[in-house]
Amino acid sequence: MLTLPRTIAAMSATAPALQAGPLSDPEIQAIRRDFPILASSVNGHPLVYLDSGATSQKPTGVLDTEREFYERRNSAVHRGAHTLAALATEEFEDARGAVARFIGAGDDEVVWTSNATEALNLVAYAMGNATLGRGGEASARFRLGAGDEIVVTEMEHHANLLPWQELAARTGATLRYIPIADDGTLRMDVAAETINSRTRVLAFTHVSNVLGVINPVADLVALGHAVGALVVLDACQSAPHLGLDVAALDVDFAAFSGHKMLGPTGVGVLYGKRELLNALPPFLVGGSMITTVTMETAEYLPAPQRFEAGTQRVAQAIGLAAAIHYLDVVGLARIAEHEASLGAMLVEGLSLIPGIRVLGPGIGQPRVGLASFDVAGVHSHDVGQFLDDRGIAVRVGHHCAQPLHRRFGVTSTTRASAYLYTTRDEVAEFLDGVVAATEFFGVNS
Amino acid sequence: MEMLYQQVILDLSRKPHGFGLQDGAAAESHQVNPTCGDEITLQVHLEPGTDRISAVRWEGHGCAISQASASLFADLAPGLTREDLGSRIELFRTAMRSKGTIEPDEDLLGDAVALGGVSKYSARVKCAMLAWVAGEDALAQAPA
Repeated sequence: MLTLPRTIAAMSATAPALQAGPLSDPEIQAIRRDFPILASSVNGHPLVYLDSGATSQKPTGVLDTEREFYERRNSAVHRGAHTLAALATEEFEDARGAVARFIGAGDDEVVWTSNATEALNLVAYAMGNATLGRGGEASARFRLGAGDEIVVTEMEHHANLLPWQELAARTGATLRYIPIADDGTLRMDVAAETINSRTRVLAFTHVSNVLGVINPVADLVALGHAVGALVVLDACQSAPHLGLDVAALDVDFAAFSGHKMLGPTGVGVLYGKRELLNALPPFLVGGSMITTVTMETAEYLPAPQRFEAGTQRVAQAIGLAAAIHYLDVVGLARIAEHEASLGAMLVEGLSLIPGIRVLGPGIGQPRVGLASFDVAGVHSHDVGQFLDDRGIAVRVGHHCAQPLHRRFGVTSTTRASAYLYTTRDEVAEFLDGVVAATEFFGVNS
Repeated sequence: MEMLYQQVILDLSRKPHGFGLQDGAAAESHQVNPTCGDEITLQVHLEPGTDRISAVRWEGHGCAISQASASLFADLAPGLTREDLGSRIELFRTAMRSKGTIEPDEDLLGDAVALGGVSKYSARVKCAMLAWVAGEDALAQAPA
């Protein structure tokens, strides 16, 4: 049912070179032809899209898959006995299977959500419900109270901070955090003490959306599991760029969004270990997630359905499966290699410009294909405005990570973030733009 | 770019006017632009026993446009009555929200007309408005 991406499909048939090594320039050009928006102009300049960390662009294969679904098979899933309902349900569940294979999970360990934010809130609210006694004895392990601790890190996106702040406030548990070192890495020496016998939840990001640093997941999981804590991974910036293997990482829960990985908006994924998901009481309740309902009580389906109340985002789910197919055809390892070289180019180029301070790992240190930076005396909105005038799209502000910015003594930064379709020429043009911005705003005068 | 960032804006963002809070304000307002983290605390000072503004003082941080706008507001206000300043804030708001269709009136808004170009950039209107909203709030709070 999936529409193979046109250009890449043609290439994979004819060019065995697509199998290994970093992406070549002709391959990147072929990839770019699959993304109609990349051919557009902004403010009289060819678009240079360096905001994929916020949301990625979509290839025609994903757009066609969604349109085709709406044109030919659109109907509600898991209800109705007609032919279209059966086809839609099959495709919806096939999409779940595609996500499961992509992350090394079982099909019933993949829960559809609206986005990663909802996925993380789902875990936190379900634990809150368990604390209120919902879910019976099976959910006792999720109950929190005074004396219990939830540990996060100082670099979290607000989506992986606020659900835990709120859960702590509702249950009387204490929220603690692992601080960041000056080079943007986590203070693992402190983590070893912060994570202790009182820790019940350890929630952290795989890759920082601001620093581009890749956190030592295995070490943190070992610390968490050694004290019996549930480990929750924010994989928003890793699943699209590095891939995600939940079985190898042994995390208990993981969350990511479809729209950051070539998929549509409105669909996200919560991964959870089977026995945990089935023990967790539901978060949103309503249609399609029950076995028996009386006027007084209800019994719930096993995971994943117990967390999928109401009409589902069917077109978005199968669009996400098409996106995953696209990433698989190109190859995550090759994408990661390409983006690492762009990340290096960003940090090296920015570090050469007087008045620029890059947050996070320095030159030669591992980082994904993004860089956030401060321009001395110039607000990020002014930098972003200047770049936009040249058709260059970057993110400005605090990137939903105010505590992280406070840690580095700034209120906002400018962020350039790349993806598989980003070229070295675009990064060079961006760096020229930043130099011009420092001159325009008189940074070094 | 030069239409948006006129030289007076770039100059004021580096050398602000009215910067630094002072004792004796009639009222003070703190405003935040949550999308970018711009912040301002702005005071309105009155000539004793009158409803005439003697000074606007402010502190804060933010983009060149929000910073320059605060300086331009501090330049405009002294000597005006509360009512006059209130109506000029409304004029400025109308120009800012006009998507480039209304040229701000130099006779009434002085050098703040340099911010006229902002109105074409809908995402930046809030930056230009921040100090003026703080001024409006302070005027509303100041005892009659």
